[in-house]
Amino acid sequence: MDKEERAFYEKLEGKGVSRRDFMKFCTFLTATMGLSSSFIPKVAEVFAAPAQRTPVIWLHFGECTGCTEAAIRAMYPWIDQLVLEVLDVEYQETIMAAAGHQAEEQLHNAVEKYKGKFICVVEGAIATKFNGGYGKVAGKTFLQTAKEVCSKAAGVICIGQCSSYGNIQAAKPNPGGYKGVGAALGIKTVNIAGCPPNPINFVGTIVNYLLLGKLPALDDIGRPLFAYGQTIHDNCPRRGHFESGEFVEVFGSKEAAEGYCLFKVGCRGPETYNNCSIVKFNGGTSWPVQAGHPCIGCSQPDFWDKFTPFYQEL
Amino acid sequence: MRAVENAVGVKIPKNARIIRNLMHGAQYQHDHIVHFYHLHALDWVDVVSALKADPAKTAALSDNVSNAPWGGVAYFKSVQQRLQTFVDSGQLGPFSNAYWGHPAYKLPPEANLMATAHYIEALRLQAKAARMHAIFGGKNPHPQHLVVGGVTCANDLTADRIAEFLYITKETQDFIKNVYIPDLLAVASFYKDWGAIGGTSNFLAWGDLPLSEKEPESLFMPRGVIMKRNIAGVMSADPTRVTEHVARSWYEGKEPRHPYTGETKPLQEDPKYATEGKYSWLKAPRYDGESCEVGPLARTLVAYGLGRPEIKATVDKVLSTLGVPAAALFSTLGRTAARGIETLVVGEAVQGWVMELVENLKAGDSKIYETWEMPDKAQGVGLNDVPRGSLGHWIVIDGKKIKNYQYVVPSTWNLGPRCAKGKMGPVEEALIGTPVADPKKPLEVLRTVHSFDPCIACAVHVIDPDSNEVYKIKAL
Repeated sequence: MDKEERAFYEKLEGKGVSRRDFMKFCTFLTATMGLSSSFIPKVAEVFAAPAQRTPVIWLHFGECTGCTEAAIRAMYPWIDQLVLEVLDVEYQETIMAAAGHQAEEQLHNAVEKYKGKFICVVEGAIATKFNGGYGKVAGKTFLQTAKEVCSKAAGVICIGQCSSYGNIQAAKPNPGGYKGVGAALGIKTVNIAGCPPNPINFVGTIVNYLLLGKLPALDDIGRPLFAYGQTIHDNCPRRGHFESGEFVEVFGSKEAAEGYCLFKVGCRGPETYNNCSIVKFNGGTSWPVQAGHPCIGCSQPDFWDKFTPFYQEL
Repeated sequence: MRAVENAVGVKIPKNARIIRNLMHGAQYQHDHIVHFYHLHALDWVDVVSALKADPAKTAALSDNVSNAPWGGVAYFKSVQQRLQTFVDSGQLGPFSNAYWGHPAYKLPPEANLMATAHYIEALRLQAKAARMHAIFGGKNPHPQHLVVGGVTCANDLTADRIAEFLYITKETQDFIKNVYIPDLLAVASFYKDWGAIGGTSNFLAWGDLPLSEKEPESLFMPRGVIMKRNIAGVMSADPTRVTEHVARSWYEGKEPRHPYTGETKPLQEDPKYATEGKYSWLKAPRYDGESCEVGPLARTLVAYGLGRPEIKATVDKVLSTLGVPAAALFSTLGRTAARGIETLVVGEAVQGWVMELVENLKAGDSKIYETWEMPDKAQGVGLNDVPRGSLGHWIVIDGKKIKNYQYVVPSTWNLGPRCAKGKMGPVEEALIGTPVADPKKPLEVLRTVHSFDPCIACAVHVIDPDSNEVYKIKAL
C-alpha cells in the first residue's frame, strides 16, 4: 500500500469505516452497477471526501415515505455517511430539522443557490385533476412545486413506484388524477422502480452520476439497466423447480416447505424486471420469494391494476 | 389481513401467531428508536450547540447517565470534529435553516453533543434492526410474508435464521436499555415543564400482541378506553362504538358512519381550507362520540390502569427518577416517555417469543398456515395496535368480492379535525395553551405535534390572538 493510499484509509477509519467494510461496499456496488472491477478504486474515491458534496433536493408528494425509510436502511455506505460526507441533502422533509416557513425558505434558497447543479429526487405521485388540488404542501400544489424545482435540476431521479409511474395513487379509480413525475410534467426521469425500491439501486444510480458525471443507461421506461435489465424469473433461485414443473399450489403445503416455484400462487416474477434475487434487501438478508411469498411485481407500471388479484396464476 | 381472517373465520396456527408477534415486536423496537432520535430529538436537542461542548465533560456526562457502548473523550472529540468538518463545509444539508439557538432549547452543550452522537449511532443501529423484518418478511420496509391464514416464510424457520433474529433483537434491546432510555431520561430532566403541556383527555387502545388464541384477554398490550383521564376506570373497548365524521373533512356525506357502512368519497373539486367549514383530508373518528388519543401514551395508560406489572413497574420507575407525579403523564413529555417505556417492555418480551417459537418447532409443530374458503357473504373486523397507535380495518364481502373496505388509522384518530358537533381532535386539543416564545419560530408547537408521531406531513394552522395573524407551521 503506498503512502497516499494509506492516508486515504486512515481518513476512512477516522470516519468509523474499516478498509475491509469499505472495499466490500465498493465491490458490491461496482458489481451491482455492472461495472468492471477496475472501477473499484474510482468508486472508493467518490466516497472519500469530495470538495463540494453534490446537492440533492428531495421532494415528497403523494406517498407513504416508505422510500425514505428504505433509503435510510442503506448499508455501505451507511445513511449517516451519505448525508454527512457524500451528498448535500439540502431539502428532505422527513429528516430535515427545519419546519414551516423556514423549511419553505430553505427549499427556495437551495433551488436558487444550486440552480442547474442539484439532483432532484422525487418521492411520490403528483395529483393532476382539479388543477392538482388533491395534493398540496404549504398551499402550493405538488404540480406547481414539481414544475418549478424539476426544471432547474441537473437531473431528476424518481425514487420508488409512485414518482416513477403513479403507483397506488394512480390505480383505478384514481380520483385525484395522480401520475408519475415524467407523465405529469412531460419530462424524462430516471425511475428507481419498486415499492419501495432497494436502496442499493438508488445509491448505485447516484454513484454512477458522481463517478461518470452522468446518469446510468436506462430501459425504455426510465429504469437503470444495471438493476432492471433482467426479470426476477431470469435470476430466481427457484427457477429449477419451474423448469421441472414443481409448483406450490397452496401456502403451508409440503411443496411450499420444499421451496418450489411460486408461479401458481401468483408470482409475477416472469413479467417483473428487477434485481431483487441478486442483491436482496437489507444488506443481503432476504427477498420476498425467499420468504415464500410470490413476487407482486411492484416495479412494473400499473401493477395494482394489471397484476391483481394477487395470489392467482397469471 | 386480520379483518379478512375474521370475515372468513380462519384461525391462524400458533407459529404464525408467534412470527407475527416477532415481526410486530421488532417493528416497535425499530420504529420508536427512529421516531425518538430522527423525527423528534431535534425538537429538544440543539445540534449547533454541540460544537461548543467540552468533549471531556461530555464523556463524564455520558459515563454518568448512560451505559452506551461508545464514549470516552476521544470518541466525543471525533464526533465533534466530524460535525465541525460538516459545518465548515458550508453545506449544512438537513440541518440548514432550523431553529438552532432558540431560547426553548434547554440542554447544555455537552448533553447536546452526547445526544447528537447517539443520533448518528441510532441511524446505523436502525438499519441493522430492520434486518429482523427481512429474516421472516423478505424485506423492510413493506415486508411480504403475510397471507390470509398465516405466514409464508416456511424456509426461514431454521436454527440459523432464528438465531440471527435473536441476536439482532438482543443487540437492539441493548441499545434501548443502555442508550435510548438513559437519553430519554437525561433529556427529560431538562424539560420537566413539558409534563404540564400538550395533554389530551380520552385514550383508546385496541391492544395487540396476542399470547394465545384468546382475544382480547391474552393481548400483551391490552385493549381498553379511558375517558376524562380516569386511569382507575379503564373500560373495555368495543369496535361497534366507532364512527367517522366528515362534517369538517373534504368528503361527501353528512351523517357520521360506522366503518362497516362507511364511505370515502372525496369532494370532486380543488379543496379549499375553510376555518368555519371543511379543512382536512382526514376524517374525524370518534368513540362514543368523543375524540380519543391513540398510540404509546394511550397503550401505556390502559396497561398502567389495568395494573399490568411490566408497564406499571417501568412507569413508576420513570416517574420517580424524574420526580414528577402521575398527572405528568398527560402531556407531551408523558407521550414521549411512554413511547420509550413501551419500547423497553415490548422489546424485552420479544426474546421470550423467539424461545416460544423454538420450543414449538422442537415439539414438532411446523404448521404456519391454515386453509380457508372465501364465503359468498361475510363481514369482518381486524383490530391492531401498531407503533403509532390503534388501527382498525373493516371489510364487507359480497359475491366473494370486496363490497366495502374502510380503515381507521392512528393518525386519523390523533390528527383528525373537528367532528359534526364541533369537538376537537386530540392534537388540536393538545396544542391549546402551548407557550410559544416566538410565534414566528414555533418550536414548541412542533414538540407536541411530533410527540404524536404523525404519519402525515401535516399543516397546523396557529392563530396569534394578539395580532390575529395566522402562522402556518408545517410539522414535518
